Amino acid sequence: MFTILGPVASSSKWRGSSSGDARRREDAMDLDYDFDDEGVQKLTSPGEIITSATQFMRGHGTFVEDNDVVASLSGTVERVNKLVSVRALRARYHGEVGDLVVGRITEVQAARWKVDVNSHQDALLRLSSVNLPGGVQRRKLESDELEMRKFFEEGDLLVAEVQPMHGDGALSLHTRSLKYGKLRNGQLVTVSPVLIRRRNSHFCSLPCGVDLILGMNGYIWIAKHVAENQREGEEGFDAEAVYSNKNDDIDMETRAAISRVSNLIRVFARHSIPLTDTILAEAYDWAVQQETSPSDLLRIDVGDSMVARVTALA
Amino acid sequence: MSEMEEIVGSPFLNKLSGPESRFEPLNSGNLRSDGRRPLELRSFEAELTTHPSADGSASVSHGLTQVTACVYGPREAKNRGLTMHDRALVNVEVSVAPWAGEMRRLRSRGDKRTLEFAASIKSTFEPVIQTTLYARSEIDIHIHVLQLDGGLLQASINATTLALVDAGVPMLDYVSSLSAGLYHTTAMLDLTSVEESDLPSVTVAVLPRSGKVTLVSMETRLHVDRFEEMFKLAMEGGKVLRGEMDRVVRERTAALARQMEGGVALKEDDKMDTDL
Repeated sequence: MFTILGPVASSSKWRGSSSGDARRREDAMDLDYDFDDEGVQKLTSPGEIITSATQFMRGHGTFVEDNDVVASLSGTVERVNKLVSVRALRARYHGEVGDLVVGRITEVQAARWKVDVNSHQDALLRLSSVNLPGGVQRRKLESDELEMRKFFEEGDLLVAEVQPMHGDGALSLHTRSLKYGKLRNGQLVTVSPVLIRRRNSHFCSLPCGVDLILGMNGYIWIAKHVAENQREGEEGFDAEAVYSNKNDDIDMETRAAISRVSNLIRVFARHSIPLTDTILAEAYDWAVQQETSPSDLLRIDVGDSMVARVTALA
Repeated sequence: MSEMEEIVGSPFLNKLSGPESRFEPLNSGNLRSDGRRPLELRSFEAELTTHPSADGSASVSHGLTQVTACVYGPREAKNRGLTMHDRALVNVEVSVAPWAGEMRRLRSRGDKRTLEFAASIKSTFEPVIQTTLYARSEIDIHIHVLQLDGGLLQASINATTLALVDAGVPMLDYVSSLSAGLYHTTAMLDLTSVEESDLPSVTVAVLPRSGKVTLVSMETRLHVDRFEEMFKLAMEGGKVLRGEMDRVVRERTAALARQMEGGVALKEDDKMDTDL
């Protein structure tokens, strides 16, 4: 009856009138084939029918309509047995129990803190979930509630682990381990959470004298190296040291190393390359070899050649 | 097409040449003032992640109309009193650049017309975004209008759709929007500003897969017999636009997936790391 002339772009195949439902059904059937081929990454976009809901269960990033599993995000389709989900390539942090995260205190409330972890809501850190000075098993006193700012204040950075969640999806954190707690002597870099893969240990030590904490939420902490034996506290759990707000003296060499590492991370994030400590160590060696200053690493040409070199090594 | 516009049928040239060459929406050869056919859309360009600091961003242009949308969220609400206990709050803010229109004009943020415009965009997207997945949070959408040549509502909605897709906000479908106008008995799609000021027009925002409509906006008077035809045409045009938007999104997603795959090969090394 009528045809609508679509915009003329370089390689567009515009459709005059809407394609019939019959064609889309065929597409849905074809997609089942791709599930067998593990190597191919199937991309999808919002509103696209992935498969039939009678054979598969729907996971994150999808919804069910009329016996079809429909994608609600643009990203890659993942299938685990009968569960179909869509993973977005750019998204905020979606917390899982047991994840290690780096966060910043935003608010001090009654007997708890609110922590920004790059998620859809601030996470909760209860007073009962932190180590109190005087022993790990000490009872919580009322004076602790009134002196919460002695432990964590607004703006403090900390590393914590995600506990089983609160009711409405807000994360609950705890720092009940000597490895967790307030962070000092370093610098924070934020990247997209998608670039951090789940690993055995998120505490890494680079050979250049720099400690890294890769938070699953995309917040990365780069700090001066602390030797193993110094890190394990004695039974007394010295609160002065753990909750102190004072940085140690950091020499120029370590500061340069910290700056280099943080700029390297920024370059990798701009190229959307997943971060691991091996790739960072290789990149650091390359940077030292090339004798680039820490600020030169932020230049686009230097960054591009670094990425090309390091990914070629992999 | 822009060259032709300059030489042959520039609407300004028409207006300046005298009373005998009034603005002709459709000439004898069935061409519009910028040389398009009645059902032909303007050149459409879209780019994703134009503002990497935002969670999602997109820039869309329909011919000379250019709009950028930035999405922040879902994130912790600034004003906790306004949040809803079971769903996310959608906030829309629109700002029109002073150089966007024909004459330089500073528009204040609290302008009633702008606020109404923002409210209509908010109600367009609220039923489409899966807000129930993000209780007590808010999604902020900032729309910046850089160049105006008609079709502001359609460009804003299309830019917002792409920005939301870029941010990874789950939606039921793309929201695709197009304007339609009527000259005597001929319906036209994707109006420029001179056409909009002369002809009755309607803007429709549609979910292309299901054909459901989330917004119909008409500020002029139109005979009711003509309405159905224009409405249907705008809907069909929206479906065509969806194909264009999807193509841009897929290209970007494929490029991102390729870049991230560069790190997959390194996954094997992780298993050799010792615990500290």
